[in-house]
Amino acid sequence: MAINHSNKSKLVYTLLAWGISGMLFFPILWTILTSFKTEVEAIASSPSLFMFSWTLENYSDVLARSPYFNHFWNSVVVSFGSSLLGLLIAVPAAWSMAFVQTKRTKNLLMWMLSTKMLPPVGVLIPIYLMFRDFGLLDTKLGLVIVMTLINLPIMVWMLYTYFREIPHEILEAARMDGAGIKEEIFHVLLPIALPGIASTLLLNVILAWNEAFWTLILTAANAAPLTAFIASYSSPEGLFYAKLSAASVMAIVPILILGWFSQKQLVRGLSFGAVK
Amino acid sequence: MATTQSRTLAKMMLLPSVTLLLAWMIVPLCMTLYFSFLDYNLLMPGENEFIGFLNYEFFLTDPAFIESFFNTLLLVGGVLFITIGGGIGLAILLDQAIWGRNYVRIMVLAPFFVMPTVSALVWKNMFMNPVNGLFAHFAEFLGVAPIDFFAELPLLSIIIIVSWQWLPFATLILLTAIQSLDREQLEAADLDGAGPFSKFTYIVLPHLSRAVTAVILIETIFLLSIFAEILVTTSGGPGYSSTNITYLIYTQSLLQFDVGGGSAGGIVAVIIANIVAIFLMRLIGKNLEG
Repeated sequence: MAINHSNKSKLVYTLLAWGISGMLFFPILWTILTSFKTEVEAIASSPSLFMFSWTLENYSDVLARSPYFNHFWNSVVVSFGSSLLGLLIAVPAAWSMAFVQTKRTKNLLMWMLSTKMLPPVGVLIPIYLMFRDFGLLDTKLGLVIVMTLINLPIMVWMLYTYFREIPHEILEAARMDGAGIKEEIFHVLLPIALPGIASTLLLNVILAWNEAFWTLILTAANAAPLTAFIASYSSPEGLFYAKLSAASVMAIVPILILGWFSQKQLVRGLSFGAVK
Repeated sequence: MATTQSRTLAKMMLLPSVTLLLAWMIVPLCMTLYFSFLDYNLLMPGENEFIGFLNYEFFLTDPAFIESFFNTLLLVGGVLFITIGGGIGLAILLDQAIWGRNYVRIMVLAPFFVMPTVSALVWKNMFMNPVNGLFAHFAEFLGVAPIDFFAELPLLSIIIIVSWQWLPFATLILLTAIQSLDREQLEAADLDGAGPFSKFTYIVLPHLSRAVTAVILIETIFLLSIFAEILVTTSGGPGYSSTNITYLIYTQSLLQFDVGGGSAGGIVAVIIANIVAIFLMRLIGKNLEG
């Protein structure tokens, strides 16, 4: 009887959860489906979920009519470039704060956090003017610099929370065994810290890939990553639903897949360790 | 353990991060502050005279600022209300024993990874378009007049889109918090004959309060700077009805080239964000000690 009752409530909860999550996921599913329709079917007044003549035409159209790969490459360079460069700067800082704590460590961490809270419009004009004067407008290099700086606080924080969990005793043991600073870093620390570093990299690639303030403001045709490329569909091309969908799917699928691997890191990274 | 040598090394390892962040924050911010006191327009190259607080006076008394200030409040407040209310409900639901929970989780989380320009354009065209959008088809099917979302309800439409993007984040954080709830406490409440409502009010909600505060503060930081969703849907219109402070400063600085006025606006935005930030820092600072 008891088992029967709990099974019944499990069924109700399951149906409810699938219903709601299905609704939340529907816009993405609908975009994916529309990307395989013809333009006529895409705006049909009684649209069909699966029963339409599937076509890849939209994908080949988007690829043929726009420098899609150019924008895709820009996104790759900017998101991975800024994340790797950020790691290079953030790993030493986080390592130092986690293992050589001083009275100032906490204040320093809080100060880094505060830079993340600076609204972009507060620095918009100087950055724009400096970029103009240094010829950095519409360049990948310029975007990499900005992305690295805006995500640096998150990187330091995430790495710090991971490094703090590494027991100090391991280092001491290595030192007792006569390991120098090099061995200590490459043979002891790095292998333990690698998962945390990888998660940090992953989350920052996602954040940089989807960043849509600086990418829209600092780029034009040349260095525009996918966020800015898709924005060019705002009108009137956006009325070609099937092509808009195909371009959108190509822009979001890589990151959707990466994102599903990074659920836990997302909580830790975006809450600055407030929720674990 | 911390010898003088390792202390020096530790300082050197901190140096690049600190220097870069300092440069990134202080230099442009000082420049913005400086510009905000100048009569400086890129279209009118001239003396760039010092005009005191005149830019601030113009910015703060501009009806566009008043309107976009309230739009910002509505946008942030509306999205927070929807994502936290919905997030608590969803988190409790996903915490139950259900079949295929991993798939449900993946579906709920997905919108967070969609770039803002894609989600805004998909919603704008394929769902909210008054002629060909799915909502219009649905209205037609029901025999009612379709809503022209971005003409009639521009701000609400943007609130809906942004809420869809942020609901996964709120749900994920709240779910993580719920999962750390002590089950024995709930079982004890069961034994004492507590109903689901009182269990929620007296056990679940207090347990969640920290996570809810974290969600509110983190989302607020990001929501104050909503930009792409407005740019690709309404461009702030009709009139200023869907312009927030971020978008207003963008139009003033980069479309009207009013460096002085835009800078004054930027400083105002920094002050507003600081008020939120102080609360967030306190919350996280407490966590650092624990």
